[in-house]
Amino acid sequence: MVREHLKLTGTKFGCGSGLCGACTVHVDGRAVRSCQTTMSEVAGKKVTTIEGLSPTSSHPLQKAFIAEQVPQCGYCTSGQIMQAAELLQKNKKPSREQIVAHMDGNICRCGTYPRIVRAIQRAAKEA
Amino acid sequence: MNKPIIENLDLSRRGFVKGAVGLSFSFALGGVLLGRPSEVYAAEGAKLNAYVTIAADNTITILCPTSEMGQGVLTALPLILAEELDADWSKVKCELATGNPRLYGGAHKMFPGAQVTLASVSVPAYYMPLRTAGAQARKVLLDNVAAEWKVPVGELTTDKSMVIHAKSKRRISYGDVVKFAKVPAELPKIAEGDLKKPGQFKLIGRKDIKRVDVPSKVNGTAKYGIDVQVPGMVYASLMHAPMDGVKVASVNADDVKKIKGVTHVLSLPFGVAVVADTVEASRAGRMALKVEWDTKDAKAAPFDSEKAKEEYARKAKDPASEAMEAFKTGDADKALAGAARTLEALYWSEHTYHAQMEPMNAVAKIADDGQSAEIWVGTQVLPLASAVVAGVLKTTPDKIKIHPQLLGGGFGRRIWPDAPVQATVIANIVKKPVKLMLTREDDIMAARPRPMTHHVMKAGLDDKKNLVSWHHRIVAENVDAVAAPPRFAATKGRDYIGWVGMSQDFYNIPNLKADAIREQRGMRVHAWRGIGAGYNKFVSESFLDEVAAARGVDPFDYRLELTKNHPRAQAVIKTVAAMSDYKRKRPGRGLGIAFSDYHDTLTAGVAEVSVDKATGKIKVHNYWIAVDPGLVIQPENAQAQIESAIVYGLSGALSEELSMKGGAIQQSNFNDYHVLRMSDMPELHIKIIATNNPPTGMGEVGIPTVAPAIGNAVAQLTGKRLRHLPMSADRVKKALA
Ligand code: FES
Ligand code: FES
Repeated sequence: MVREHLKLTGTKFGCGSGLCGACTVHVDGRAVRSCQTTMSEVAGKKVTTIEGLSPTSSHPLQKAFIAEQVPQCGYCTSGQIMQAAELLQKNKKPSREQIVAHMDGNICRCGTYPRIVRAIQRAAKEA
Repeated sequence: MNKPIIENLDLSRRGFVKGAVGLSFSFALGGVLLGRPSEVYAAEGAKLNAYVTIAADNTITILCPTSEMGQGVLTALPLILAEELDADWSKVKCELATGNPRLYGGAHKMFPGAQVTLASVSVPAYYMPLRTAGAQARKVLLDNVAAEWKVPVGELTTDKSMVIHAKSKRRISYGDVVKFAKVPAELPKIAEGDLKKPGQFKLIGRKDIKRVDVPSKVNGTAKYGIDVQVPGMVYASLMHAPMDGVKVASVNADDVKKIKGVTHVLSLPFGVAVVADTVEASRAGRMALKVEWDTKDAKAAPFDSEKAKEEYARKAKDPASEAMEAFKTGDADKALAGAARTLEALYWSEHTYHAQMEPMNAVAKIADDGQSAEIWVGTQVLPLASAVVAGVLKTTPDKIKIHPQLLGGGFGRRIWPDAPVQATVIANIVKKPVKLMLTREDDIMAARPRPMTHHVMKAGLDDKKNLVSWHHRIVAENVDAVAAPPRFAATKGRDYIGWVGMSQDFYNIPNLKADAIREQRGMRVHAWRGIGAGYNKFVSESFLDEVAAARGVDPFDYRLELTKNHPRAQAVIKTVAAMSDYKRKRPGRGLGIAFSDYHDTLTAGVAEVSVDKATGKIKVHNYWIAVDPGLVIQPENAQAQIESAIVYGLSGALSEELSMKGGAIQQSNFNDYHVLRMSDMPELHIKIIATNNPPTGMGEVGIPTVAPAIGNAVAQLTGKRLRHLPMSADRVKKALA
């Protein structure tokens, strides 16, 4: 729906089964897997995709993901940022363990995990 | 459809390599051609080097000849050209070139003249051609300024896209030069001596150079194949055939066609496609499909991973089995027969799946006359994609226009051009543009795995416990036979992809034999990041520790002893030992070391592990690696590539396994095919020993040492040798029991 009809292709398809996190968006500020979410579940709610996170790509996480040069293929990155954004909303100074626990459902096959952790820590510091 | 398609790819254009130093190039004067440089250049013919366009506003567009799949070539390759051009990097625009080996072929010794994104060859293949192209462009600018200002060309210098005449204190920007410049019919020749010395580099090796694709990847604007939409297109999903050679015995096509929006249910050699007006309908149709396959002509149908292992083991030992010699030094058999002590061990590895995050997809649009087509796809080998699509339409590759897209991961999977072929076949039937997207389940069903392998290792020690004989035998599906048939034929059946890592070039072993029993059981095996080195180094570096134990020496000391003629190898081994404080014992933890020479990049890794004896789960706490890749183009990205490959290697070492029954893959998604997640990550410690030697490639070299270092660490900790990849919890538990 989001990708083919609204043409918001920043949100990705990875598994279709809630197993990889590539499709993560926010519904009323909460990170959800869009592949596991029906239209009726979001009726009347505010859905935010990577495109809506910041109109100028200046969300602290986006800046931190650039500073730490996180993305490689970049296919998982939108989902990673949306998942991380939820964490920073709830927890301004997450510990490393809290970051890992929160991010563990998001696969990065390019193995950018160490940089994702660093970028979240940087964003927490600089936000 | 599955076998002959690679044959159209000409991988042996040797003539082009020789000409590489004399490449000519063209300018788009005044920037009039800017914006569509690749089409324009393509029209200008084979003699032109089509990499660079300088516009009057000083923008310099540099085309990247290989595919961006996360490894950073879209930055690194243009950077090489910009270096010799002395360009202002902040004004450089990097764009993907189209597929055309005559214009964009590389100069790698393994793939001369080919335009391929594989085997970590992009930087080594293009290092000289792109420097030459940059130097040549600069020379033309200088000659023009010299003529215009009537000064000797030798008095001119360049810096950041400016030509400078110090004597008269004059400066002119490249953009302004282009306004009056004439490109001579005969382009200047560039000799190696005309190029910069590494000490003069201003861009190459600079730590602050960032990747140009990263900003688009943090805000959702980066475009992958799966993001493409073209007017009038319909959607196709595919229940992928579980193996080659099957036919559809029955399909509930009538039921599926009742789904609103579904227009076609097509039984094809590669699976059953559901075509629909919307993505939802095509997906719903795919979910509703019920298909029975007729496997009677499928070679793979009898394949069962467990049964096949029994047969591999039997064949490995059967003197009647035909073993092909892979590598040889001295006489290993004779030396083994005369040895005072012999060792023997059996090793295994399972099929693994690429699991690139973007499932396979392609968009195909065929012209009304059926004689030409446009394809939108992220692929590792652009010319191969156009060749095979041309084959489907019975036309010529020049009639196929490929729009290259970013790749959501490649790792070898996107060398094979199955998705563009499938989309073309479907579009040709439905007579509309088609967007084909595989589900994760079908992407796994369509897997082209790293092969399952069996290894028999033998070593002979003399009475002074010196290693006098080494024999590595592999039993595996021949990967070249499936993935590179022309090379397979040309080498009379060798397996370049599958045998990498067996030759031990950096170890001083007087008598060595590596041979192979080549299976051809219909497995769709393929290149998987790190290719043969992934399992062969696991086996040889683990067995080397077994030899070290028999000799009674420390594995680190032993590797130094065996590499005594190779100072660069010794340097990485010593460096990683120092980084990891290798000789310091850690209570409850084991340390293991391994060395690799994959494609001439030297690496040594050390893993620090603990093992949960109750569950069998290995925890890797720290991983250190020292890497000598020769010259480093873009250090920050080189570091990222090593990290990435280590993670890929860890994942393959600890958990990844496809199993086959009746020729079909049994796994279906990330719930039963386990890839490494963040919580499994060790601390990574990386040191790149950059030198001025020619660059040797970065994308895979982090992989080969990971698995053997872990196995060696577990052996040190528990006394038990793990000889089967992946070292999954079940397997470890059994080994420790
Ligand atoms: S695509 Fe939704 S979690 Fe993987
Ligand atoms: S950057 Fe490629 S999957 Fe994460």
